[in-house]
Amino acid sequence: MTFPLFSPGDDPGPSFAALLTRVGMDPPVPTHAVEGVTHGTTVVAVRYADGVLMAGDRRATSGNLIAHRAMEKVFPADRYSGVAIAGAAGPAMEMVKLFQLQLEHYEKVEGTHLSLEGKANQLAQMVRSHLPAAMQGMVVVPLFAGYDLRRGAGRLFQYDVTGGRYEETGFATTGSGSLHAGTVIKLGYREGLDRATVIDLAINALFQAADEDSATGGPDLVRGIYPTMATITIDGFTPLTEAEVAEHFRALVDRLSTPESTSTSGAAPTMGDDQS
Amino acid sequence: MSMPFYVPPEQVMKDRAEFARKNIARGRPLVAGSFAGGILLCAENSSGILHKVSEIYDRIAFAGVGRYSEFDSLRIAGIRAADLKGYSYSREDVDARSLSNQYAQILNNVFTHEMKPMEVEILVAEVGAAPAQDEIFRIPYDGSVVDEPMFSALGGEAEAIAERLGSTWNVEADLATALRAAVAALIGTEDRTLGPAELEVAVLERSNGRRAFRRLEDDEVQSLLGQPAS
Repeated sequence: MTFPLFSPGDDPGPSFAALLTRVGMDPPVPTHAVEGVTHGTTVVAVRYADGVLMAGDRRATSGNLIAHRAMEKVFPADRYSGVAIAGAAGPAMEMVKLFQLQLEHYEKVEGTHLSLEGKANQLAQMVRSHLPAAMQGMVVVPLFAGYDLRRGAGRLFQYDVTGGRYEETGFATTGSGSLHAGTVIKLGYREGLDRATVIDLAINALFQAADEDSATGGPDLVRGIYPTMATITIDGFTPLTEAEVAEHFRALVDRLSTPESTSTSGAAPTMGDDQS
Repeated sequence: MSMPFYVPPEQVMKDRAEFARKNIARGRPLVAGSFAGGILLCAENSSGILHKVSEIYDRIAFAGVGRYSEFDSLRIAGIRAADLKGYSYSREDVDARSLSNQYAQILNNVFTHEMKPMEVEILVAEVGAAPAQDEIFRIPYDGSVVDEPMFSALGGEAEAIAERLGSTWNVEADLATALRAAVAALIGTEDRTLGPAELEVAVLERSNGRRAFRRLEDDEVQSLLGQPAS
């Protein structure tokens, strides 16, 4: 590896992606469709009083098979922002890794943070440059959320496969279970929810998505695998502990298992063996 | 075209070294050293924006004295080299020693082949789990690498400052003690004071999580120095 010292005329600037291109370490673009790629699914982001909550299920599928049970889909992008991914797992993880590096690289080279708007645009460019791979079956559609220190508010963005960037005021979902998860959040969403309520809402959304979509994983009480969740507030990106998520899940399961719900037509979604 | 006069190589090297040394010595000095909580980097710098000390990677910091544009381009190249290495291998594989060697190659190459040597002296520091595992490398304009145990001084009057540090520096000291020792060494026998406005202070903290580098704001420097607010 040669030492990356460039003359002022062809300096790649503070962009790590441009640096990779400059040193010939660009990822290759697939020329044929790729079959049987591992996919990760349903992630959600919801604004609430203190900032934004991000949550994702843990399942990765490969066709009709479950490829991983404990995949992480919610990541810190930097101290005040997070990214959640759905789509082809390999390229998605690579995109997150590059995005994290991109933000840190900019911060170190320039000596200052990118604005939240700038970070969201960076991710849009990365999704857009991924389009050729998406056309070959490796679609990656992320969610981006962060705490905007200049505005003093949480903000969230969703993307489409062409790199379109859409800021949402309330919530956003992506992945195969996003239709169901989105509906649940839509019904329960109000402006300025408190932390506990928004966690319950996101957990309910993921639970209902898992109930309707085979590619979305529900809580795995046997192995103790629960969705990954994180809050992004003025204190930065903070993952929720597994114990806290588990507790909210048990509350949901208890609520859904009451006689009132089981007496209606069709069994309520329960966790199996704890049905009395 | 006229024939250039013959100049013996010894004379060329001597002239270049003298040119670089003279210009570096004009700059304000900088000290770095291990203390109990990490590595302290303290520079005389009246600008709050043009930094002499900065972050390279998780546990690695960079400091430079001399011509700003030259050491800043070296700083950016170092960040690029470290980020590229961490990206293609792993974050643990990025180390100060290999980075220092790369810097040395560049400086040596410029010193012997270019019209003008770089008028810089740089420092690469990597914080370890304990002061004994800290690494501090000083790389002067000619691309030699000096492995400095415990502490190092760069820039104008570096030798005198290093001598003063030698008699006061203690790797078991806390941050406040280390900073006071560093500032005292910078001042030396001169009749002047150095306040937060004239200092640029940063630490590589052993217990700061993944990214060890942290800049100290003026308020914190003030309280560590124990001086009344100006």
